[in-house]
Amino acid sequence: MLQLIENEKIRETVNGKRVITKKPELLAPAGSLEKLKVAVHYGADAVFIGGQEFGLRSNAGNFSIEEMREGVEFAKKYGAVIYVTTNIFAHNENMAGLEEYLQAIEGVGVRGIIVADPLIIETCRSVAPKLEIHLSTQQSLSNWKAVKYWKQEGLHRVVLAREVGAEEMFKMKEEVDIEIEAFVHGAMCIAYSGRCVLSNHMTARDSNRGGCCQSCRWDYDLYEEVDGGEKALFNEDDAPFAMSPKDLKLIESIPHMIELGIDSLKVEGRMKSIHYVATVISVYRKVIDAYCADPDNFKIQKEWLEELDRCANRPTASSFFEGEPGYEQQMFGDHASKMKWDFAGLVLDYDQATQMVTLQQRNYFKTGDTVEFFGPDIESFKLTVGQIWDEKGNELEIANHPLQIVKFKCERPLFSYNMMRKENI
Amino acid sequence: MKKPELLVTPKSVDHISALIEMGADAFVIGEHQFGLRLAGEFSVSDVEKATKLIHEAGKKVYVAVNAIFHNDRIDALDNYLKEMQRIGVDALIFGDPAVVVAVRELEITIPLHWNPETIATNWFQANYWYERGAKRTVLARELSLDEVIEIKENAQPEIQVQIHGMTCMFQSKRSLLGNYFLYRDEVMEIENRKANKNMFLHDKERKNKYPIFEDVNGTHIFSPNDMCLIDELTELFEAGIDSLKFDGVLHTEGYINTVTNCYRQAIDAYFDTGEDAYDDIKDELLEKIEEIQPELRPLDTGFIFKETVY
Repeated sequence: MLQLIENEKIRETVNGKRVITKKPELLAPAGSLEKLKVAVHYGADAVFIGGQEFGLRSNAGNFSIEEMREGVEFAKKYGAVIYVTTNIFAHNENMAGLEEYLQAIEGVGVRGIIVADPLIIETCRSVAPKLEIHLSTQQSLSNWKAVKYWKQEGLHRVVLAREVGAEEMFKMKEEVDIEIEAFVHGAMCIAYSGRCVLSNHMTARDSNRGGCCQSCRWDYDLYEEVDGGEKALFNEDDAPFAMSPKDLKLIESIPHMIELGIDSLKVEGRMKSIHYVATVISVYRKVIDAYCADPDNFKIQKEWLEELDRCANRPTASSFFEGEPGYEQQMFGDHASKMKWDFAGLVLDYDQATQMVTLQQRNYFKTGDTVEFFGPDIESFKLTVGQIWDEKGNELEIANHPLQIVKFKCERPLFSYNMMRKENI
Repeated sequence: MKKPELLVTPKSVDHISALIEMGADAFVIGEHQFGLRLAGEFSVSDVEKATKLIHEAGKKVYVAVNAIFHNDRIDALDNYLKEMQRIGVDALIFGDPAVVVAVRELEITIPLHWNPETIATNWFQANYWYERGAKRTVLARELSLDEVIEIKENAQPEIQVQIHGMTCMFQSKRSLLGNYFLYRDEVMEIENRKANKNMFLHDKERKNKYPIFEDVNGTHIFSPNDMCLIDELTELFEAGIDSLKFDGVLHTEGYINTVTNCYRQAIDAYFDTGEDAYDDIKDELLEKIEEIQPELRPLDTGFIFKETVY
């Protein structure tokens, strides 16, 4: 059952047809300038990035202030905006340099910061007041009264805990007038974010300052203590105890989220490839646009779902949005699964006259391979690769050098930023 | 110098008198509907009885309302807070800002203690919540001694530090034990073990054992060791830490009594007689605790002397 928010202007009737006038923002992750550009080009309304300080994911690609400036300028051309994650829980030693950092972010035109620690919230308010402040999911925000608290504190937006379901979001939207951002796609914590220090104990890496080593995804054996002794609660052939969640995928719940008036739909994964970002963002873009244009006749298309699966390397599930996730939303036993399609190349240029595509190689391919092209400005299509040339015009049979520039013939027009993928056999 | 408070966790109303005798100054009680990972389960009428008992002895009682609340418990929270106001407990321990809003709306006058566990990591946050009514901050257990001292030096609220017992390292809303049994199609196991608190995860690589249990708040996983600072208290005493907590979750009454008394002796020796008196008895106190320490629970000093990287 869809719950609809009625007291807010989400929809209108135009010529007897219902349309959604309040489109949610599609928010993409980017771990590098290239990923940011791809995300925006493939339809993201906003992109969140990490800076070199105060953010989680210390090993994700992080942006210098200059790169942020370039990202903001690029996004602006598409009407998109940039947010910077500054969501550590600081220790005393992390407090230095914060003011200058926030002012620099504000100075390059970033729209807002995603933040968990009141230290950063309050500092931002006083030294960089033009930045919007979004509460990070690290605060495990799970009820409407806590949402009200952050509204009273003047925050612009809250990112909900991943444990919040559709009905709970409905109530939050009803009770409090504040922008709500919710995760729709990607890997996630099995614990309440911010409330897990497994990593600190097991590897002395601080999870709440970006050091998380994902100890929750390891295998454990379950025992019980009986009269001071230990009794195994598993048999030899049982899969070990595991806490690994399937990745979140809410593509089929997007209509419901739009009707709830959720303001921003967030895709996770700053460490993921440009192929991942392009595929996921383009599919969510299509679903949001199609639903908003004609909600009453909307039907999710099989091709969209298939397309989304092409960049998945782990099983997916709907997590808490559709109710309490059971065992079938976790992974036990063998975790490995392979991507069905590999990213093979990025289109740099296309010559209409000669029908030659210039491509940057991203994965091995050769003459005779069947590949697929996709992009925001084309319908996806398949092609059997013919003769390949390198930049200097030498004939090649195999494109096997990473980032090598190659050319081959393609009769259907392509555009820069289109991508080529190859089925994994 | 002011004596720090010795804060303990009784397992039941009947357990309180023994702990008063053992020298406890203050008690954390509550029920799992509202509080997290408590040593004992106290209904509202138990809280009322416990408060009477504790106040008669001139001691303090704090009630835990530090769950991560979802909408379904927000109304119940209001009623619970009103009951606590009526009973007149000495503090409410919270982590979720919903409690701050509820306390304001209901004009509850009980002081607040801010205890979100893992995220209380700097003095700025302590002062931030102080301005919003939290007269005490309970620090994350993942801090070093230097960090604790620097926070105390810069914080306006009282500072509470855990000095003994296990610490929670993970809370998931999911039913992870139940899911494991369901995955193996062993529904009976779930029923059999619903209330059991004797399970643990074995980490073969690190040879560690992590206690694990489930309740209405989800699945909780605990540190492989009990932290024990009985012989390392001098610097905390000197820093003027206001409250020292021994968390007795998953321990027996007998264990909690003995350990409480050891810390009582340590505090009294230092503050009544002097540092030398404490130094004279601290090894003996440590031995006393080691004697009763369960085999599966080695002692360590938590993060007090351990650096984390990121």
